[in-house]
This record gives sequence, structure tokens and C-alpha cells, in this order.
Amino acid sequence: MSENNTSLIRFDSIVKKFPDVLANDHVSFDIEEGTIHSLLGENGAGKTTLMNVLYGLYEQEEGTIYLRGQEKIIDSPTKAIELGIGMVHQHFKLVSSHTVIENIALGLKTASTMRPTKEIERKLVELAAQYGLDVDPRAKIWQLSAGEKQRVEILRALYRGAEILILDEPTSVLTPGETERLFQVLQDMASSGRTIIFISHKLDEVMAISKYITVLRDGRVVDTLKKESTNKRELSKKMVGREVLFDLERKPVDRGDKVLEVGNLSAFNDKGIKAINNLSFDLHEGEILGIAGVAGNGQRELAEVLSGLRKATSGKVFIDGKNLTNASPRSIIDSQVTFIPEDRINQGIVGNLTLNDNVILKSYRKPPFSKGIFINYRAVKEHAQKLIEQFDVKAPGPDTPANLLSGGNIQKLILAREVSLEPKLIIASHPTYGLDVGAAEQIRNLLLTQRENGVAVLLISENLTEITSLSDRIAVIYEGQLMGLVNREEATRSELGMMMAGTRIEQITHDQV
Amino acid sequence: MVTSWIIGILSRALAYGTPLLLGTLGEIYTERSGVVNLGVEGMMIMGAISAFATAFITGNPWLGMLIAAIAGGLAAFIHAFLSISLRANQVVSGLALTMFGLGLSGLFGKGFEGKPLGATIPNVTVPLLKDIPYLGKILFINQSPIVYIGIVLTPILSYVLFKTSIGITIRSVGENPAAADSAGINVWKVRYLCVLFGGVLAGLGGGYLSIAYRPAWTQEMTGGMGWLVIALTIFAAWKPGRGLVGAYLFGALIHLSYRLQPWVPPQLLKMMPYAFAILALVALAIGSRRTFTQEPNALMEPYVRGEK
Amino acid sequence: MGKSLPIKITERPNPSGLVIIGVSFLALLSAFLVASFVFWAYGTNPIVAYRALFSGAFGGTYELSETIRRAIPLLLAGVGLAIAFKAQFWNIGAEGQLLLGTIAATWVALFSPVPKPLMIPAMFFFGFLAGAAWGLIPAILKSKLGINDVITTLMMNYIAINFVLFLVQGPWKGEHQWGFPYTDKFPQAARLSTIGTTHVHWLTLVIGVLAAILIYILINQTTPGYEIKVLGSNPSAGRFAGMSYVKTTILVMFFSGGLAGMAGVGEIAGIHHMLRNPSELSLGYGYTAIIVAWLARKNPLAVILTAFFFGAIFSGGDALKVSIGLPFQITDVFNGLILFFLIGSEILMNYKIEWRKA
Repeated sequence: MSENNTSLIRFDSIVKKFPDVLANDHVSFDIEEGTIHSLLGENGAGKTTLMNVLYGLYEQEEGTIYLRGQEKIIDSPTKAIELGIGMVHQHFKLVSSHTVIENIALGLKTASTMRPTKEIERKLVELAAQYGLDVDPRAKIWQLSAGEKQRVEILRALYRGAEILILDEPTSVLTPGETERLFQVLQDMASSGRTIIFISHKLDEVMAISKYITVLRDGRVVDTLKKESTNKRELSKKMVGREVLFDLERKPVDRGDKVLEVGNLSAFNDKGIKAINNLSFDLHEGEILGIAGVAGNGQRELAEVLSGLRKATSGKVFIDGKNLTNASPRSIIDSQVTFIPEDRINQGIVGNLTLNDNVILKSYRKPPFSKGIFINYRAVKEHAQKLIEQFDVKAPGPDTPANLLSGGNIQKLILAREVSLEPKLIIASHPTYGLDVGAAEQIRNLLLTQRENGVAVLLISENLTEITSLSDRIAVIYEGQLMGLVNREEATRSELGMMMAGTRIEQITHDQV
Repeated sequence: MVTSWIIGILSRALAYGTPLLLGTLGEIYTERSGVVNLGVEGMMIMGAISAFATAFITGNPWLGMLIAAIAGGLAAFIHAFLSISLRANQVVSGLALTMFGLGLSGLFGKGFEGKPLGATIPNVTVPLLKDIPYLGKILFINQSPIVYIGIVLTPILSYVLFKTSIGITIRSVGENPAAADSAGINVWKVRYLCVLFGGVLAGLGGGYLSIAYRPAWTQEMTGGMGWLVIALTIFAAWKPGRGLVGAYLFGALIHLSYRLQPWVPPQLLKMMPYAFAILALVALAIGSRRTFTQEPNALMEPYVRGEK
Repeated sequence: MGKSLPIKITERPNPSGLVIIGVSFLALLSAFLVASFVFWAYGTNPIVAYRALFSGAFGGTYELSETIRRAIPLLLAGVGLAIAFKAQFWNIGAEGQLLLGTIAATWVALFSPVPKPLMIPAMFFFGFLAGAAWGLIPAILKSKLGINDVITTLMMNYIAINFVLFLVQGPWKGEHQWGFPYTDKFPQAARLSTIGTTHVHWLTLVIGVLAAILIYILINQTTPGYEIKVLGSNPSAGRFAGMSYVKTTILVMFFSGGLAGMAGVGEIAGIHHMLRNPSELSLGYGYTAIIVAWLARKNPLAVILTAFFFGAIFSGGDALKVSIGLPFQITDVFNGLILFFLIGSEILMNYKIEWRKA
């Protein structure tokens, strides 16, 4: 990249530390005005941290940020906003129970104190029309789809006059169609002089829209290049440090007996809206059924119903031939069904307690861990030690509190615990979310091993690549309904993408692909 | 006959309910910003003793009210500092404040026990307005001016909370402090101000008790009112308007309980406000299974910027 | 906050025992320092006051016995609160549960058909049950309806206080008490024996220590204790593991209320021997027990120590009243300050504060 000191943004040797990790290690690169500049890297590479530094949410330990050649100290989002920087976060920072207007009004310096909503509504409608970002100003945030919420976040940044827009993994909640719309909007903005910083770990997208790409790995800048001068293979190698094999070793396995049968299942979500609508599918020993779909289409509710944490309003759930519809979590656990939760820190482990205490979370009432009402801690410790070694959980020792472990090791601990119960059915909900490549691969291999051992695995994931590489059969869920159920050889990625966006499989003809 | 009975009850309901109203309005703002302050009892009693002492020493009851407000605010500051800056457990901090406030006021109030107060805020009867049928008898005959403050404050505070930028800021801080922080709001400052505001109002409520309502100083004269405020805040669904209704309802109930004295043992009547508070919460819990009146999302969680 | 001062605050995930004790000690010291100001503002020389406090608590055998006597209800209630807080159930109602224990004991002693030799065990038995029942109501309200436990337990206190007042001024007023609001005195069979001429009703003390040990074992070595720990730390994970929040909450409050009830039995059967005005039966033991449990970091065994400490504050405060004329509210001031500094100092335990490099 040119050493031109009139670059819009210059990062000069930024260092950002957390108690147990060096998130940004002397990061330096430039961003040119009026371009889409991507930050590419795996989870944990330091991309979001760097942007949080730029946006004033974090303060760096060392290093300087230059804006148009001038050193700037950005110590709060207010300062960042003043400098024309806006951020669209990966996890939306919107107040769900407030309206769109109220969210835009939040913290707006130019808003009148009394009844600011009228003025804002007017300007908002104008702005939205200008950029093709329509959304109902009076709607409450919780009523909006993920795509619409994202539009609100973008509008909020634009409303404050953001010339530099940071988007953190924006497509993780969008269907392929919505993603295209977003890219169009971003390209329009770049052409009109705005600068877009696009954080992602998805190679395809980065290659599609960027002019420049900075690859981060383990907190360091690997390279900053022009898109034209590189390709996916090279980027992927820089991102991960080695050739990434996307095909995991899948041995052919004979499908066994039916383990899970779901018939016409329906359930409501917390807001009283139907989240699962008449779902039917089955699952056999030795197979992985992948449930694909953009987050928020009923997957969470499905997992909760199957594990007994949510009531189904109609339909049936049979496990191993037994009717366990609306059974208690305990009876489902006792039927050898285990569940790897999406929210591993809040549901999967008890952070303050030790690893010893965590490995018996499901099995504490059974021998050898308990005799009568007393817990046999010697047996517990032996078991914990065994699992830690077997599953390569990196921890100082079994007496460590569980929340000190890294995300990957927490997930391995959870998997170890669940697998050691010798389940017949594993429900894995977003099992590799937020994990670095190494840990994610380990988890995937563990699931494949279980499959070889005859366990039935229900895999819920929004990572389409993960689904297609692991599953024997794939079901696509959209707004709580099944859009299609196919064998892995049958559907192409774009067909799956269309189903994820709401088209039923019957309506997809092969000419559309 | 029945109407005059009802009018009597309503009139006294306003009188009894006013300290509850002031406390509730303050606690609503505090909790809307995401902080629970269980120290209302402590702040109120500090207000009561400050008002009495000031009025006694200086002979100026309005100065007493001012000092009461300041005392409440200072007491609230302790809680704010502990729970916001030091991220202490909010439940325990509030309890400590109550213990401390009750103790400190009892300590310094020893000299004032049983002393009569000349410099009180007497009730007023408003000419002209008092002749309005029904309403006049309830509101404008022999009523304390502090009652009017409560009535006037309610719609103002409601408007501010729901229709102004300040209100959006406060509510956002309580619902999603990360969102507010990201929008450039100083979450901690907003919370400090709301907690202090709650203290000021609680202090005023306490001052009302000791120099307007029944001018006297007795140890622990707030008698658990601060706790009723906490219950009322929930019952009001964090809305000032509902808070007014709840406070006066309770006021009516407390008054009614005294009216029943010839027939029911007084101690059982004294139980009623507390039992009623529990029943009100039960009714609310069962009723709100349908609707979604939820507490501010971030209530009780200290905000730490930048969770990894 | 960290941005304006030249300090940096980072999380310290697992504070060592030494850090905990060190910080607690610092907190106590600071509380006493600030209390000096209160003394001074009241017109008392702090040094004179502290000397009186100390000698009042530890100065002689009688003083020591008074400290122990005050510690007994704090021990029982404190253990009960330790288990409640471990389950994240904010039981502010120990005061009321204690009073229910006194009511039950009075019933056994004066109005029940229980034969005299069985009176003492019966008092403890029914006292436990009465306190437990009083605690179960908020437990059910919270676990089944999600109703705030702080408010319900607190409201129950006021109901209990008025209930006692009703009984002593009404139906249970003693025939031989010259119209005073007391019940009749308990028969000898319903009085706990004390050590020598002191007020230490040793049976309750023994029960208290046993309770501390048993509850410690319950929490740390049994399956229900495991469930308490899990649900107390992370209710979601607990539910996800099949645990019943309702059952565990009820179990916890059964013990918490019951132990407070037994504290009440001890007070009335060991010291007062009659039901009387609640403020004479309990000096706010139920509320002080909160600090006792907090300082003990919810460890039932440590409660034995902290109960003793706060017993000293109470008996010292008594001495202050007698020797200097300082009103008894000073103990509330002390307790409040100690609690302030305890919780305020937790940030030192859980976070590391470093000086920022320039």
C-alpha cells in the first residue's frame, strides 16, 4: 500500500491487551477514503477489538490512530461520532422495546429536548429513501427482522453524519438475498465518498465487495492487499496459516434405527408468536441431520422444545419410540438425549464452579458420582481428569473455575461431558460459533466420531459450509417451517440459500439455479 | 352520607399517600435507569430528621424541606457510588443504606424526641377552588401544600420520561446500557443523576412526614414506608401515572385501616399495608402473564464497558 | 471511571483466600475509622468510645458471656442466611422468621398440651417449623410467580411484628403481668438453662454450631447442595441440567426460615421466658445476620466467627449506652458502615487496580 500520509485512517502499531490475551499486536495499516476496506480473519483474530478501539469503546495500550494525518485520541463513542465514525455492531446495540425513532434519537446531540420524535421522523424518512433503507419509523425494534434492525443501525450512523462506517460481521444474520441488497447499498455509499470498513470471516463476501483487504491472524496483521491482486486460496492461507481442508473425513456409516421422530410440532416463542410451525422430520442412529437457516427462524425454540425447556403447543416428539412430548428436562436427559447449547457460557457451564463440578452437571445424581444424597468427589475428580485428558481441554487443573477457560476449551468441556453420558441423541446448537479454526475443527471431528459410533446428531448451525460438510441430510428452516429436507448430494448451495430465504423446495425449478 | 364518607377517605388518602408518591416517583426514575435502590427507607428517615432538626433550629420549615431533599440526595449518593462506581451488589448496598440511615437518624434524633415543633408547614384551604363540588372538598380543604407538589410533579415526570430526549436516554440506559454507551451516552452519569434524584424525592417525602403531615420526631417514624415504595414501584410498572394511583390507593387503605379500629384489633390493621403490598404483587404477577410489563432490562446489573 | 484517573481496572477472576481476608480486614478498619467521625460529631471522644466498646465486649468473663449470648441468634440466623444467599435468595425476612419461632415456642410453653419433659425439644421443633413456614411463603411466590424476594420477605417481617404485638396486647396477654403487654412467664420446664450466672443458653449455642457444620456438609457434599450451588450461580444452566428451581428454592427457605425460627426459640426460652414487644425480643438480629452471612462469604463455618464478631459489636454497643450514654442506634450505624465498606471493597477483590503507564 502507498505510504501516502493523506490516507483517511492510519493505524500505527496498535496494541490492545486483555487479562489473558493479546488481542491486537502492533497492528498497522492504512485505509483509503471512499473505499470498501475489509478486515478479514478468523474468530478471535482481533478484528472487532481493533474496531472497538477505533470507535472509542476500548482504549489501546500503545499505538496511535491518525485521521487525515492528524493524531486523534478517541476515548469514547461520543468522540468517534464527532469525528464522523459510525459503527454497526455484530450484536445490534438497539433498545428492543423502543421504537426506531427513539433509537435514532438516543444520544443525538442535535435533537430538541421536548418531543424530538417528530423532527427525527421526518429526516429519517428522507434519509431512508436516499439510501434505499426502508423501515417503519414507528415500529418497535423487537418487531423487526434482523435485516431491518441492521438498516436501523446503519441509518443511525448515517443520521449522525458518519463518513466512516464500520460494519461488524453484518451478514451473519442475513439471508443471501438480503446480503446482496446490503452490498448494493454499501457500494452506493462508497461511490458517493463514504468509507466502509467491513469486518468478516467469510472469504466469498470479502472478495465480492472489497477494494482493499487487511488479513488479521492471532492479533497481528498478516498483510494488506488490493483485492485484484489476490484470490480466495491465498487469502484463506493467510487467514489460517495453512491450507484449509474443507472436507473433513467422512466415513460411510450405515443408518440405524429411528431415534428421534418429530411430528407436526408447533410452539410459541417468548413474545407469543409462533416460532415453530408444523415441523416434521426424523433422525436415525449414525446420521447427522443439519438444520440450516438464518438465526432467528425458530432454531432456538426447536432446541428448547426438544430438550424440554419449552412447551410445544401441538405435535409430537418421540425419542426411541417413547412419547416424550413436553416431558421434563430430567426425563429427556434420562432418555439419553444430550444438548450442546448455543449459549455455552450461560447455559452450558456454571462459570464460578470448578471443572470438577461442571463435568457432573447432568450426571450428579447417578452412581458412581453419588451415593444416596452424598457426592463422591473422589470419583468426580477422577472422571474430570479423564475427560480433560481425553478431550484435550486445556486448563490449569480440574479445580479451576470453568469461566477461566477459553471459548474453545469450554465447548470441549461441554462436549466431553455430554458425550461421556453415552447418549443416543446429541442436539448441537451452533457448536462452533465464535471458536477459532483449530477448536472448531476439533469439535466437528468429535461430532463425526459420534456419528461413527452410532449416535444420532441433530446439528443446528447458521454456517452453511459446516452443515454441508458434516450432515448426511439437510433440513432448511424458515419462519419455523421446513422449506425442504434433502440428502446432502441433492441440493446445491444456492438452492439451500433460496430455501433459507423462504422458498419451498417444491417451488425451486432447476432452471432457477 | 356515603359520599361524605368517600370524600373523607379520598382526602385523607392524598395526605397519607403523598410520601409514598414522592418516594415512588423517585424510585421509578432510579430503576428506569437500571439501578435498584432499596435504601428508600433510609433516605426517607434521613429526610425526616433533617427537616425536623432544621425547622426546629432555624424556625424555617421550608428550609427544612430543602435540607431534607439534600439529605436524601447525599444518602443516595452513597448508594450510587457503591453500586455504580464500585459495582457493589445493589440489593445489599440499599439494605446497608437503610440500616445506616435508620441508625444515624435515631442517633442524632435522640435530642428531638418528644419535642413539639412550632415551625411546621400547615395545611391550607384554597379559596375559590375549595368550592368546586366534590373535588374541592378532597383537594382544596385542609390539605398540605406538599400534596400539591406531588400531584403536579406526576404528569411532569411522566412527560419527561416518555416524551423527551432525557427520558429516552434514561430508559435506554436502563434497558440496554451497551446500546446507550455505543450511542455516546455516559451511562454512569445518567445512573448517578437518577439515583440522586430518587434520593431527593425520598428526602422530601420524609420531610413531609416530620414537619407537615404530623409534625413530630419519633425514631423510625417512616415505619416501613420505604419498603412500600419499592413494592409500589413494581406495581406502578415503572410509570409515574400508575405510581400516583398506587400511592393514593395505599393511602386510602392505610386510612381505611384506621377507620376500622372499633371493630378490628389495631395491630391486625397495621399489618394491612404490608399484606396488601404482597397481594398486589401477586395480582400483578398473575395478571402480567398476559401482558409484558417488564422491568427495565438491565435492572440491577452494573454496566461494565467492553465485555470481551 | 477508569478513563479519567490514571488507573486501569482489570478483572481478577479468582481471588485467593489471602486477598479475601486482607481486603475484609481493610474494610472493617475503614468502617471503624469512619465511625470515629460519627462519634466525634456526636460529641464523644472516639478513643474513649472504642475503649468502652472493646471492654464492653471482651473486658471480663461477664462481658465475654454477653458477647457469646448476642452471638447465638446471629449464628443460627446467619447460617440460615448463608444457605439462602448461596442460592441467591435474598432472605431479608430472618427477623420475621425469628419472631415466628418465638410465637411457636410461646404456644408450646403456655398453650399446648405438650407434656413438660418434652417442652424444650417441642419448642425447637415447632419453632423451626414456624420459621420455615414463614419463609416458605416468599419462596413459593418467587419460584412459582417470579415475585421479588426482597419485598416479600421484608413485608412478612412487618406482618410478623404486628402479629406478636397483637398476641401480647390481646389474646395472649398474661394474667399475672399486671396489664403489661407480656404473656405469662414460661414454666420452668420451658426455660433453657444457662451457664452459671450468665445469659448464655448453651443448648442453643450447641445447636447453632451443629447447624453450621451440617449446613456446610449439605452445601458442599450432597446432591441437593450441589443443586443449590448450581442454581444459585446460574439458574439457566441448572434448568438446562434438569434441576427444579422450585424444589431447590423451597428446600433452601425451609432451612433458612427454620434456622431463624430456632434462633427465636433460643431467645425466648433462654432469656426472656415470655413473649413481649418484638423490639425487646430481637435487636434486629435478623438484619444483622445478613451482614454476618455476607462477611462470612456465605460459608456456614465462617459464620461461627463472624457471628461472634457481631455479637461483640452488640454487647460493646450495650456498654456504650451504659457508660457513655450513646444511644443504641450506634450499632446500626456501625453495621451499616461495615456493610458499606465490605461491599465497597469487593471491587478490590474482584478487580485488580494498577497504575497506568504514562
